[in-house]
Amino acid sequence: MSAYVALFKARLQMGLQYRAAALAGLGTQLFWGIIRLMIFEAFFRSSAAPQPITYQQTVDYLWLTQALLLILPMRLEGEIQQMIRTGAVAYELARPTDLYWFWFFRSGAGRTAALALRAAPLYLLAWLFLGLKAPPSWASAGAFLLSLACASALGCALATLMTISLLWTVSGEGISRLLNLLAYVFSGSVVPLPFYPAWAQRALAFLPFGGLMDTPFRIYSGHIPPEEALGAIGHQIVWTVALILLGRWILGRGLRRLTVQGG
Amino acid sequence: MPQIEVENLVKTFRVAERQAGTWGALKGLLQRRSRTVRALDGISFTMEVGELVGYIGPNGAGKSTTVKILSGILIPDSGRCVVMGRIPWKARTAHVAEIGVVFGQRTQLWWDLPVIESFDLLREIYRIPPREYLRTRDELVAMMRLEPLLDTPVRQLSLGQRMRCDLAAAFLHRPKLLFLDEPTIGLDAASKLAVRDYIKRLNRQGVSVILTTHDMDDIEALCRRILLINRGRILFDGALEALRAQVSRDRQLVIVLAHEETWVEDPDAQVIRRNGHHLTLRFDPERISAADLIARITARYEIRDLYVENPPIEEIVAQIYYEEGTAL
Amino acid sequence: MRRGLGQRGLRRVAALLADIGDGARLYGRYIALSIRAQMQYRASFIMLAVGHFLSTGIEFLGIWALFARFGDLKGWSLPEVSLFYGLVNVSFALAEAAARGFDTFDGLIRSGDFDRLLLRPRSIALQMAGRELQLMRIGRFFQGLVVLAWGAAALGLPWTVDRIAIALGAIVGGAFVFAGLFVLQATLCFWTVESIEIINTTTYGGVETAQFPLTIYRDWFRRFFTYLVPLASVTYFPILAILGRDDPLGTPHLFQALAPLAGPLFFAATLQAWRFGVRHYHSTGS
Repeated sequence: MSAYVALFKARLQMGLQYRAAALAGLGTQLFWGIIRLMIFEAFFRSSAAPQPITYQQTVDYLWLTQALLLILPMRLEGEIQQMIRTGAVAYELARPTDLYWFWFFRSGAGRTAALALRAAPLYLLAWLFLGLKAPPSWASAGAFLLSLACASALGCALATLMTISLLWTVSGEGISRLLNLLAYVFSGSVVPLPFYPAWAQRALAFLPFGGLMDTPFRIYSGHIPPEEALGAIGHQIVWTVALILLGRWILGRGLRRLTVQGG
Repeated sequence: MPQIEVENLVKTFRVAERQAGTWGALKGLLQRRSRTVRALDGISFTMEVGELVGYIGPNGAGKSTTVKILSGILIPDSGRCVVMGRIPWKARTAHVAEIGVVFGQRTQLWWDLPVIESFDLLREIYRIPPREYLRTRDELVAMMRLEPLLDTPVRQLSLGQRMRCDLAAAFLHRPKLLFLDEPTIGLDAASKLAVRDYIKRLNRQGVSVILTTHDMDDIEALCRRILLINRGRILFDGALEALRAQVSRDRQLVIVLAHEETWVEDPDAQVIRRNGHHLTLRFDPERISAADLIARITARYEIRDLYVENPPIEEIVAQIYYEEGTAL
Repeated sequence: MRRGLGQRGLRRVAALLADIGDGARLYGRYIALSIRAQMQYRASFIMLAVGHFLSTGIEFLGIWALFARFGDLKGWSLPEVSLFYGLVNVSFALAEAAARGFDTFDGLIRSGDFDRLLLRPRSIALQMAGRELQLMRIGRFFQGLVVLAWGAAALGLPWTVDRIAIALGAIVGGAFVFAGLFVLQATLCFWTVESIEIINTTTYGGVETAQFPLTIYRDWFRRFFTYLVPLASVTYFPILAILGRDDPLGTPHLFQALAPLAGPLFFAATLQAWRFGVRHYHSTGS
């Protein structure tokens, strides 16, 4: 755990040092959010028909997407990919720690640090100036924080799964890109999930990806009321555990394959 | 007229300072401190056509800044710099068409392409007439024995093979002046010899060479003249022997002991290094001849092997830096 | 005397043309080699291209879902918006592929390999452009083309010569605008070393924006993408001309059809900025 904290701090410092990059990143996210906001505003003005989610809830959803985009397992772990390519991954096997958790926390540290750096200022700006409202009740806020923590764990589990798939060099990269894409669309970051057609809703609700963004965001705005939040969070937890178990199992197979090949 | 004339060259850089710790990083977000570094502090020298000059100094001494100015990449703050009758940065394309540059750490060849394709592309870039190109290329291929490598993608070459190809690539357009930045770094002994041989041959053809290196064997094998630079100033300009004489006439005796734990002492020699069985003694040949010292040592201790050497140039250089440091 | 001047002028023009031809030949050489290098990893290329097709196409899925919910967008139908979407994606794919060398400039400058370009007796911008032609961008290209074709078919637009000419002009003009933005992004690296994302607001953000008619946005925003970054000139105006729709902003038809010329002009301006950046590099060395 202390290693995790150290990693987290190191990444945080690294992120802070690149001042221009950090500010530019923030500016980009803001700009992007404003574009999306205007598109949705135009759509809402075009039709008086009732929508599955209100305009204000959509606004909250969009800004949270911008602030917390880094929850998504976006980037491949370049260092680990390199290690696998060069065979240096053998050293990772020689470590006295459990490889799965090592990779899990390693990516987790980097992701959480980057997330915190990006999320806090963006949330603040959107809340002060750009129409993001606070949650309707303390219960919603509390449930949101809990759900956010689960989303972050779920994101780490998915990211680790992607890392593990890299053990199968070429096909692994394809799989992790596909996973990346699925997470991007079905988490609700392209379009908030409630806007998809009614017939797709059941599948979207079953898949794990909604747990990355859609669940916490709808809890935040009260679209999922606090009394129903527990069920939604349970869904996140079940998927997190399932993906961790799956990841551990695949890692075992991947490593066996690696040792058979002689590293 | 000299090929290179450099007079009182000064170049400063602004370097951002990073502050330690999380708090420092946070502070750095708001205000950034920077300081000015004088990379070149009034460098002057001239070089004639056909010279082979070793340009040495510790990391950060200003070597690559000088080379960058001479090759037209950097503009100095002040001072005069004329290379082959031109001010390098004022006529970049004309200037670089007549020089060749090799960076030992990096390749100018295209990573995924066979060597020959890189050569052909360079022909296009430098607008070399086809017949002339073929003549030069074949000559270089023969000289560096590149024939078996030509169809191999660069990424599959060993470091030594790659360096040989890089040296050939830098010479395809027949530059009159070559800048070689650590061309032997990381190479195995055989490749180093091949590279040195090639440099020597080109130099004999009348090509001037400025060689920056940390490998003092390169210097000893190739350079009649050396320029020693530290902290942006030239400390020494002249022949290697003169440098050696200026610093000290001491020589060194390396002995290989039969037993590692043997304690060696001698009134006329001083132990300066101990590394397992290897022991290095320094002595003054005016006080005791090498023959006498060897006779005395072999009589007293059980020795497996021994040889006499000049103090490596690193030590001479280190001593100069040290003296300069204390003088300041 | 006058004839002498005329001859000198002619000679100068001839030299300029020879220079351009020479540069074009070198660029062609670079591109041929880049393609050959990428073809060494054929499996990886196919995977990347297909992935790119899917990941950019997914955006259209989102737009479709929104139209299914809302019916129309301030008087614009899905097929009409498809024209905007398809056109801007095709343009962007071309620019992404051709200006890749500028897009990855931060790595080049950090590794110090940019010096190598300065050591060669050719235009720096030409060498930059020749660094890589990224073939996988064909994924977005086809994706945009499919959407464009679908939109045109759904609208029942007859493809007359002038429509095709305007569409091609818009695509090429758009590619110039985006390529110019990549050049600006690279130029900023001379000062920041890190590639900063801010230009992404105009490249990727520009694609996102121009997927819809610019009139749906607030005025300040529309002005930004009309006057500062001339994206309107290569998407909104020519598409109005293609659709034969009146512009609520009141621009004449001829202007709409010729507007894509702003693309090459913008590109030329960014090249000036680039040259300024190279000069800065000459005096600071990073």
